[in-house]
Parts: sequence; structure tokens; C-alpha cells
Amino acid sequence: MARRETPEINAGSMADIAFLLLIFFLVTTTMDVDSGISKKLSEKPPKDYVPPVIKEKNIFEVNINRNNELLVEGETMKIGELTAAAIEFIDNGGGDGKVIDGVSTGSCDYCKGARKATSSDHPNKAIISVQSDRGTEYGVYIKVQNELLRAYTELRNRLALDKYNVSYDVLEKQYKKDRDNADLKRKVEDIKTSYPQILSDAEPTSAN
Amino acid sequence: MSKFGKKKKPMPAVNTASLPDIVFMLLFFFMVTTVMRETELKIETPSLPNATEVKKLEHKSLVSTIYVGKAKDTKLGTGDKIQLNDKIATADDIPTFIFNERAPKSEEEIKYMTTSIKADVESSVGTITDIKLKLRDVNALKLSLSSRKIAEIKQ
Repeated sequence: MARRETPEINAGSMADIAFLLLIFFLVTTTMDVDSGISKKLSEKPPKDYVPPVIKEKNIFEVNINRNNELLVEGETMKIGELTAAAIEFIDNGGGDGKVIDGVSTGSCDYCKGARKATSSDHPNKAIISVQSDRGTEYGVYIKVQNELLRAYTELRNRLALDKYNVSYDVLEKQYKKDRDNADLKRKVEDIKTSYPQILSDAEPTSAN
Repeated sequence: MSKFGKKKKPMPAVNTASLPDIVFMLLFFFMVTTVMRETELKIETPSLPNATEVKKLEHKSLVSTIYVGKAKDTKLGTGDKIQLNDKIATADDIPTFIFNERAPKSEEEIKYMTTSIKADVESSVGTITDIKLKLRDVNALKLSLSSRKIAEIKQ
């Protein structure tokens, strides 16, 4: 029997097949990373819970109505002006801070606000309360939340730059990479407690 | 000066033998990184709001997603619809949904479970509040309001 040579397989169309698969995966792939504004809901209060009395001046009230208009501390405002107004409120430092574990935090020595008697006492007492209508558009609600969070970020960055010569964003990133670093942890915690995020969502109003 | 005229070699063809290799490399890259959509959306793909202050969601396996938007099926009527897993539900079904998500997880992990709400920009805050209240009932307090990260918001 004559040994026939096996003919070589033509690999010329290999590229075509691979391209076809490649295009399929290119089309179906989604590379988006899930990201979002993180929130912590408050725990359900017990039935006989009496909310603590908070001084009016320590609450920054933001109302969004069904026409997506903003009412901040009783005055209408554009979304673009919200961050500045929030910073002014949080950073006011007009009085003494909260008493934590029996130790008074004293007056805010890192605040650069106007120290008005009519605005918040201390960043750890300053509460931002957002009340929206049931009919408010979700996009506007997120925008408002975002602007308020930006106020905190700006203040934290400023304080971190003053204290440690590095912005809070960078500090947090470094800490995420190196969780065991006690020094970094202390710094992050320090900035966090200096300007704690106290954002509360009030029950929404509704037409009926 | 005829030197130049004579030297007319044909252009050598570009060697394409390694083309499949390159393509395969790309192919494998996409095959590995691709994530097939697990749940079929019964609502119109929500257009997420933009925000600057976003945090990345970590530990994908500990995230349960709730979709909010308009139903694709017009028979279900207009208005906001909530989708859990692969069917349209109401806010009352959320506790069951959360318990189902928790069931296979260990006690340790439950603390880190996050609920991600993917809601359309045009949905109303009322629907989101209903969801929040239900989540609070079952003590699922970690929440992420899904939004796209952008560098700066144009006013």
C-alpha cells in the first residue's frame, strides 16, 4: 500500500472563525463596574421611641417638591448653589460639639466658617435633612444627594490637606490598598469623625 | 540614471500567518472578562443617574439588585415597576426577596450584604421610599443607589 501523505489542513479561514467569535464577545460584553451612591438606612425605631430634641439651628433643611424645585432653609435655591450653602452650614462652628463617651469635643478649632450663632454649632452636630415629595423625580433626588455629599468631600479634603498635606481621596485610596497600616487608619478615622456625614431622609410628603 | 528604473521588485505580501494568534488573544481576553447578563430585564433598561460622589460596589456575590423602571410589557400599565430577580413584583415582595438572598449566605456575610437599587432617572422618589421602608423592616440597611460615575456635573 502506498503511503499517502496526509494533506495539510487549510488554516486560512481560522482567522475568519476567530474574528466571528471575537465580534460576538465584543458585542455581548459589558465592562461597566457597578458603582453608586452608598447610603446607610437608619434602623427601624422602636414603637415608643421619642426622637431627641434637636436645635433648629443644627438642622439644614432641604425640601424638593413635586416640580423638582428646591427649598433650602425656607428659600428657593438652584441645585448648583446647594454645595456652597451646605458647606457654609456644616463648617459654621458656632458653638460646642457633641459629648462623645463623656468627653466634650469642644468648639470646632478646624472650622473656617463664619461662626454665626444662627447656624450649626459643630460639624458633628450639623444634620442635613432632605425631604422630598413622592412625585419628585429620582434623578433630581440623586443630584441633591450628590451635591450634599460633595460638600462633605470638599470639607474633608480641605482638612486632610491642612493636617496631613494629602487630600482625603488619596488618603482613603492608600488606606484601601493597605488595610493594616495603623497610621493611615488613624488619619482616615480622624478626618471622618471631624466631618461626619449626617444625612437624613425625612418621610416624603404626598398629595393624599 | 537607469539604475533606479530597473530595480522594480514586486511588493512583498504582508505575512498574515500570525493574524489568527492575535485575534485569538483578543478573543480569549474578551471571553474571560465578559459577564453575561444573568437576569433578563422585564423593565426598560434604566438610564442611571449621573453622580460624582460614587463608590464602587465590592463583593459582587453579596449584592442583591432591585430594578426600578417602566415595564416593557405595556399591558402592565405605565408607572414605576419593581423587578426582583426576573419578574415584576411589588414592594411587599421585597422582604421575601431579601430573605431568599440571605438564605445561602453565612451569618458572617450577611452583615456585608448590600442592596443595589438600579432605578431610572425618571422614576419617582415615592417608589424608592417604599423600597427603603421595606428594606428597613428586614434590617437590610446597606444600600447603594446605582449611578454612573462622571468627572463633573454640568449645571
